[in-house]
Amino acid sequence: MLKGMTRLVSRVHKLDPGRFLHSGTQAPQCLVAHLDNQVPTESPRAISRTLENDPAKHGEQHVGQHYNISIQELKTVFPHGLPPRFVMQVKTFNEACLMVRKPALELLHYLKNTNFAHPAVRYVLYGEKGTGKTLSLCHIIHFCAKQDWLILHIPDAHLWVKNCRDLLQSTYNKQRFDQPLEASVWLKNFKTANERFLSQIKVQDKYVWNKRESTEKGSPLAEVVEQGIMRVRNATDAVGIVLKELKRQSSLGIFRLLVAVDGVNALWGRTTLKREDKSLIAPEELALIYNLRKMVKNDWQGGAIVLTVSQTGSLFKPRKAYLPQELLGKEGFDTLDPFIPILVSNYNPKEFEACIQYYLENSWLQHEKEEGKKELLFLSNRNPGLLERLCAYL
Amino acid sequence: MAAPCVSCGAAASYRLFLAGRVSFAREQGLWKAAAAGLQTGTRCQILRLKHSPAVTTKKNVAALRRESYTVDFIKKQIEEFNIGKRHLANMMGEDPETFTQEDIDRAITYLFPSGLFEKRARPIMKHPEEIFPKQRAIQWGEDGRPFHFLFYTGKQSYYSLMHEAYGKVLHVEERQDQLRAKGLFSEKPKTKDPIGSRWLIKEELEEMLVEKLSDQDYAQFIRLLERLSALPCDAAEEEFVGRFRRTVTVQSKKHLIEPLQYDEQGMAFSTGRGNAPWRRGKRKTANAEAVVHGHGSGKIEINGVDYLLYFPVTQDREQLMFPFHFLDRLGKHDVTCTVSGGGRSSQAGAIRLAVARALCSFITEDEVEWMRQAGLLTTDPRVRERKKPGQEGARRKFTWKKR
Repeated sequence: MLKGMTRLVSRVHKLDPGRFLHSGTQAPQCLVAHLDNQVPTESPRAISRTLENDPAKHGEQHVGQHYNISIQELKTVFPHGLPPRFVMQVKTFNEACLMVRKPALELLHYLKNTNFAHPAVRYVLYGEKGTGKTLSLCHIIHFCAKQDWLILHIPDAHLWVKNCRDLLQSTYNKQRFDQPLEASVWLKNFKTANERFLSQIKVQDKYVWNKRESTEKGSPLAEVVEQGIMRVRNATDAVGIVLKELKRQSSLGIFRLLVAVDGVNALWGRTTLKREDKSLIAPEELALIYNLRKMVKNDWQGGAIVLTVSQTGSLFKPRKAYLPQELLGKEGFDTLDPFIPILVSNYNPKEFEACIQYYLENSWLQHEKEEGKKELLFLSNRNPGLLERLCAYL
Repeated sequence: MAAPCVSCGAAASYRLFLAGRVSFAREQGLWKAAAAGLQTGTRCQILRLKHSPAVTTKKNVAALRRESYTVDFIKKQIEEFNIGKRHLANMMGEDPETFTQEDIDRAITYLFPSGLFEKRARPIMKHPEEIFPKQRAIQWGEDGRPFHFLFYTGKQSYYSLMHEAYGKVLHVEERQDQLRAKGLFSEKPKTKDPIGSRWLIKEELEEMLVEKLSDQDYAQFIRLLERLSALPCDAAEEEFVGRFRRTVTVQSKKHLIEPLQYDEQGMAFSTGRGNAPWRRGKRKTANAEAVVHGHGSGKIEINGVDYLLYFPVTQDREQLMFPFHFLDRLGKHDVTCTVSGGGRSSQAGAIRLAVARALCSFITEDEVEWMRQAGLLTTDPRVRERKKPGQEGARRKFTWKKR
């Protein structure tokens, strides 16, 4: 009904020929811009792209601009990290462009100035739904990957506390539960992301898997990972071993470790998993969660911990909660304290313009009209996630 | 207050027509009994009506054709009405000479308060001209010869009217020719009729002529009248045409509630009720109050929460956008509002109405009219219909089983 309503202000005012000419001459320039990946030279328009593809060199002047990540890099760095809608957008546009935003720049600045002798600092990205926490995290991960850090990226901790089909009793500790499927999937992706490190790092303990198989001390970490992928039953234990070894060895200075967890509030929330006798399982009874909690403690050096709290996917949390205190609960907050909170908010007007420009350049939005932009602005209130959903096809 | 019937005494009875239109009651034999009762008795007519329900129904079931009221009967009704009017005025302590119809209506609603929802079913006391449908007197004399020369056309009044109108047209054209012949003809531009009047509709014409017309007859008549009004007419002809025009009040459509507070459109709206354009809106059971600020950036706050969080559904936000989008003021106002009751959709509708009403203070009269025509300023009268016994819901009936 609203769409069909005629506008009050006469359309005659808006349809001046000058406007058509303007948009007419735009099209060829836009195509050229797209082909060369150049910055469009129109001054009244916001510049939406930058040629600077190295996150290390991003600075204040790049705020609001999109930078490109090549598809090969995407496959190695982000086998499992990106939000599903972003993956669809990458597939549609045939390119992966992330917007440079202030929270990410702030974090980059901190990371560049970390002192690796001190215990790892915890950074928590928080904000309302759809403001861009996960993509900021991906930006940080890309930076660290370029800087040759070891990336320990858990894409969504919420996936580990719900909808698990098979829960096995842990072989290592009778009290805890294993999740073979999730663990093996994660191990596979971890291997893709950090191939080159796995052969360098050596385990410092002997691990016996069962009567026939064991891993000797001094063998590369790749073996442990292989074992976890092959023998799905031992995958959770493999994950635990990987985490322990990495924590131990990052302090030695061979490599720098980045622990990135999305949805860290799942570690201290509730689960929806039940035992056979229908009683609820607490998160610490899951081996994966238990080991991850140890990882997130800041009792190791030589790296950084970047976390995100999100309500999407969380269990039993009200929709409007977005502050770390609300989402982590008392226990989680006390465990994570002290941390550096970084607020991720909606787009500011410049970023909003840049996003619209990006969509226009990719012909995702067909016509550029002021009224349309105002409508989008109102309906999405400059929330990135909502804007993306509004611009999507029906 | 003593029963009015009793106090009126034995002098005369006055008529109270308990069924609004006599045409309703005519179909039931009840009225005939009532009429019989009314004409004879002086006691309380209402009681009499109650006690004579089924006595005469059997007789009158067969005779369900049009009742014809004789001229004497109508005259007597008029006399009785006038006398009753004077009695009523005496009862109410007013002057019988200057007792108008509105006073009668007020007196009747006071004396006979009725809780019926249907306004036409409540007691009324009106002039018999308005109650009894107009009927034609006998059209022929004792020798059977009709009075009117067009009687055998079947629609004598209609054709005589057409005849008269056409005669006037010819007369005017003849006068024009004479003037032209004399050379005194001046091309006087015809003053166009103001928009405030319209032709009679077919039902009104039928009522005037007391005759059934067809659509073609009506169209023909209107064409003739338009032709007449297009020519330069005298005062007499204007008056003739004026008989068939009715005024249309544009003003009556406008909503009266416009306490527009033209403040200086500044930011001084923190005082709340007094100076700010603070308006209410309702939809189903939701109530909203909104304050719209003149210079803003398009922020909307509902119950202290941003509208993006309060209405996660796009449809609700579109409803909020509608007034601003319509007036092309999307990013120019700030809104602070509170809402309670109803569900998400009705809360959105209530806020939309409140915001539209508040925006009236910032825009011109024309834009207010356009908003009204767009439906932004009307409270949606739809409420939940009650469930009826014997049905599963308001409209849904129980499953019909053949056996």
